[in-house]
Amino acid sequence: MGMSVGNVARKTAVVAALALGLTGIGSKAQAAPGEAKIGFALSMTGAAAAYGETQKNGALLAIDEINARAGKNGIRIVPVFEDDASQPQQGVNVFNRLIFADKVVMIIGPTLSNTAQVADRIAQKAGVPVVGISNTARGITDIGDYIFRDSLTEMQVIPDTIRVVEKKTGMKKVALLYGNDDAFTKSGYDVFKKALEDSHIKILTEQSFSKGDRDFSAQLTEIRALKPDALVVSALVEEGSGIVSQARRLGIGTNVPIIGGNGFNSPSLIKNSGKASENVFVGAAWNESSSNPLNVDFVKAYTAKFGSAPDQFAAQAYAAVHIAVDALKRAGSTDNRKALRDALTRVQGLDTVLGKFSFTKGRDADCTPVVEMVMGGKFMVLSE
Amino acid sequence: MSVFIQQLINGFFIGSVYGLFAIGYTLVFGVLDILNLAHAAIFTLGGLSALWLTRTTGLPVWASFCLATLFSGLLGLVLYRVAFAPLRRRADSNLSGLISSIAMAIIFEAGAFEIFGARTVRFPQGMFAVRVYHFDSLTFTSLQLEIVAIALGLMVVLSLCLKHSRTGKAMRAVAESETTARLLGIPVERIISETFFVSSALGGAAGILFGLYFNALGPDMGRSIELKGLAVIILGGMGSIPGAILGGIAFGMSEVLTVALTGMSSLRDAVAFSVLLLILILKPSGLLGRGRIRQA
Repeated sequence: MGMSVGNVARKTAVVAALALGLTGIGSKAQAAPGEAKIGFALSMTGAAAAYGETQKNGALLAIDEINARAGKNGIRIVPVFEDDASQPQQGVNVFNRLIFADKVVMIIGPTLSNTAQVADRIAQKAGVPVVGISNTARGITDIGDYIFRDSLTEMQVIPDTIRVVEKKTGMKKVALLYGNDDAFTKSGYDVFKKALEDSHIKILTEQSFSKGDRDFSAQLTEIRALKPDALVVSALVEEGSGIVSQARRLGIGTNVPIIGGNGFNSPSLIKNSGKASENVFVGAAWNESSSNPLNVDFVKAYTAKFGSAPDQFAAQAYAAVHIAVDALKRAGSTDNRKALRDALTRVQGLDTVLGKFSFTKGRDADCTPVVEMVMGGKFMVLSE
Repeated sequence: MSVFIQQLINGFFIGSVYGLFAIGYTLVFGVLDILNLAHAAIFTLGGLSALWLTRTTGLPVWASFCLATLFSGLLGLVLYRVAFAPLRRRADSNLSGLISSIAMAIIFEAGAFEIFGARTVRFPQGMFAVRVYHFDSLTFTSLQLEIVAIALGLMVVLSLCLKHSRTGKAMRAVAESETTARLLGIPVERIISETFFVSSALGGAAGILFGLYFNALGPDMGRSIELKGLAVIILGGMGSIPGAILGGIAFGMSEVLTVALTGMSSLRDAVAFSVLLLILILKPSGLLGRGRIRQA
């Protein structure tokens, strides 16, 4: 019953904020010339908070560097950070505020594909460029010609992951476990399934769970009985950590690889599930150990500033800010949304921490993925 | 077959936590005829405060368990003083108490949100040794055994106290008739406060066990169990302690078996609540309910 009361309260808040956003009450002054106002819609609370935090850090680092280097005539970035609370409704609310009240030139985010599916439509309609930094589900950039992302999609990462793990472990039969009520985990499942079928790996069983589930013992018990060579999981990191811990506890030992999608690619997975995370494989869009000098500097500066090593999400956020500045320079204006969109489509072979970066014709990311596995409590990049 | 037995074991573990949680509901309902909807918030705060104690003071888990249980009981006293006691003289005190308990739930939840943030928090890895036992193809852990032992132990102690101790007898007298109890010289106010203390301590304990078992705590963890607790006491029979235990275990098993048979957890609540409706049609007083006779 508390649930429905909470919902009412939340709805009221959304309506109030919408009214505020649409009438422009509380709108701040336009940015000064040479200053680009960029909105960040990140999940600082809720299920995806583990990602949102490092995304914010990555963005802050990039902004500090850019503003320090800007000098008198360079472009300075004025960030507006908002929390989308890992929820589509709140994402909509935040987008409205950023677009109509704060009048940002572009938006970076939102953290979850689920939120992007809804919120990006508002930006598309208003003609505000969006660069997604962690949206990997299918169809996000199909929303319209103002929607970009620097995150590799599951389609680009997962087939590679399956191929590399198969080569390494010789797996022939696997069990699939996925969240069936979330755009990201569901689309991860679709891609995993197709990649497994393409590699002629047998799927023994498909089990699902829902957002917020804590108990996975029923599904894992069914899976254990079938003795799969590997467990393939499409989940966000909080549920993922629970699945990995409970699987090991139920007797699916660390000799059985667990293969995860993008959601597993966070140091929190190792922190949350400890030794259970050994032999977990993930496909990743960013290679921490890359010797690219840009990347080496990024890892060093990030660690110095925040006291912990960056993850993929920090790297993608960091790269997005640099991509935005590259486009802003060519757009010739810091508040022309249309010119900025056109400039973004022409990002080609830009040197970033993600490697040489371009946008594809469909405004998706074009850079090289890697496959990692957890070994000795750390993500190690697998070379083929 | 062994898969089926393993599933029953899984359901039994989670069901015993449901049962412990539901006892708190049923105890207050039995004595006061009031539904305390802040019970789930106490469950959450119990779990979170145990985590906080272990992390910041470095106390061993059992010590934080005891302290956090005590703390939950004290929260129950606050809850009674603020949300229920001032309304006791009103004619519509049952309904207004229900509403004010929702208000307290929101306040408690917001407090937890402010203190702990919205992120999922966990007990540090390796805080306590968890041994895994294998019997044939059945697996369970020392943690699961401890959880069931504590849950069932608390339930037994409570039942015995209600039956034999002075306070327990007084609680039952108040449940039977407040006026008669008062005429007999029973300090009704104090007995009600004690009922809230015990009920909330058990709710907090359930929260701690739930947190230890899944090791994923957050301000919203009470949401997942709130309605289940209500369903459990209706299933078991309102106001019946053995009914709450039986209902909890039955509910846990129906959940686990639904997932096991369909492979989908989205049907979990649907099936569990359908079973509830079915039982209400066949036996409206619940599994162990005895019509109007209250027995808490």
